[in-house]
Amino acid sequence: MVQPSRAKRSRNPIPVPDKISVAMTVNGIETKLKVAPWTTLLDALRDHLNLTGTKKGCDHGQCGACTVLVDGRRINSCLTLAVMKDGAKVATIEGLATEAALHPLQQAFIDHDAFQCGYCTPGQICSAAGLIAEGKAKSADEIRELMSGNICRCGAYPNIVAAIQQAMDKMGGKP
Amino acid sequence: MINFQYARANDVADAVRQIATDPTAKFIAGGTNLIDLMKQDVERPSRLIDISRLPLKSVEETADGGLRIGALMPNSDLAWHPLIEQRYPLLSSAILAGASQQLRNMASTGGNLLQRTRCFYFYDTATPCNKRKPGSGCSAIDGINRISAILGTSEACIATHPSDMCVALAALEARVHVVGPNGERVIAFNDFHRLPENTPQLDTNLQPNEIVIAVELPAQGFAKNYSYLKIRDRLSYAFALVSVAAALELEGDTIRQARMALGGVAHKPWRDAEAEAALRGQLANQTTFAHAADLLLRDVKGFTHNTFKVELARRSIVRALIQAAQATPQSQSDKKLR
Repeated sequence: MVQPSRAKRSRNPIPVPDKISVAMTVNGIETKLKVAPWTTLLDALRDHLNLTGTKKGCDHGQCGACTVLVDGRRINSCLTLAVMKDGAKVATIEGLATEAALHPLQQAFIDHDAFQCGYCTPGQICSAAGLIAEGKAKSADEIRELMSGNICRCGAYPNIVAAIQQAMDKMGGKP
Repeated sequence: MINFQYARANDVADAVRQIATDPTAKFIAGGTNLIDLMKQDVERPSRLIDISRLPLKSVEETADGGLRIGALMPNSDLAWHPLIEQRYPLLSSAILAGASQQLRNMASTGGNLLQRTRCFYFYDTATPCNKRKPGSGCSAIDGINRISAILGTSEACIATHPSDMCVALAALEARVHVVGPNGERVIAFNDFHRLPENTPQLDTNLQPNEIVIAVELPAQGFAKNYSYLKIRDRLSYAFALVSVAAALELEGDTIRQARMALGGVAHKPWRDAEAEAALRGQLANQTTFAHAADLLLRDVKGFTHNTFKVELARRSIVRALIQAAQATPQSQSDKKLR
């Protein structure tokens, strides 16, 4: 085993760059933060802004647990650098409900028991909000196809599709 | 991820200037592939040059009746663009067959062309890989090569190009517009990606100091008789084992023009002029299609775990051509084969 003291050091260590100021509107609140260039939007939300509703699953864009809405479009926050989203409007699971009521998707996920462990749920709901805003999916097949970037290892898929259909009807295609 | 510097490019000329000053810098647009590879320690750029804010997001009509697509046009917007849906539904279908909606919302047109292989050994820095570390060897040739190529391989590399969009662009004979220190040049799609030969570290003929600014589609879109058929392990959100972009121009039952491009089988979208020529002037039927498939696959070479791809490709070509001839293109949501 290589001893830590003998471990090879990088030949040309790259100097640590200064942190960069980023301004984003997160869930309607103007937010300023300073991040290293390599801080992902996911880590900025969770570790800098303490918005831990957005989950880190695979951290490689394969599971969809980190899905958030940026300028109204669903994306994988784990593959997005926070510095690249300066000036963007970000919506996370924490920003969907109002004081008065849950978001129709949140209510529909409860009504249809569309989760077991719940870890994928914030990503599923943000992804579904993006899907409804896109207005492309109409049939169950189309919902399944356009939700395929969100993995649920508990296998709640049939209830997730039913929940999205309920919310879609209720929202009339509006985000 | 290793530490890196971050800078934004103000315009295309500034981007070209910045990349020239630092050979270890990389452009970033959507980031869906690059950031993943940086997390895996496969890509280790010292600096990222953010080109995502450059004004290259439009789709414009060209003088000869085609379309010019800005390199930063997101994949999802391109797939659902009315002009693409109407005139190039093969491209729309191929884009929607790939990745997830979240990734398509992020990924750019130019970035899709430049994505790297998903060969397991390219990603696994503990194993030799000539594409990642030239001269270190190919682990896939005698390894788990179920997803590897069957056409155009070399002793140095049997990786495949992962894109669906590029398979359609190859069939449509798109042209890639790039800008370097000496100005703009245009690369035919078939000349953009390379075969591995003995330099598998080079995926494309884009030079390190060049940037992709647009993809141009010629006027002929094959909007009537086309199909993009993708065969994979899962019904959605998986890379192709074999995919076929088929496009026909028919006069009655006779084939006037034919294009076929294959994905998942080679280091680049695979076209074969001889196989396409064998379709022209023939009746659009199973016999004609089977003959073209045999021709296209004449130099095929399977490896330990992927010989199944040969018969899979043969059947997929015939099926995609039938779908194209019948004007019943493969649906990307209802996955039943018809």
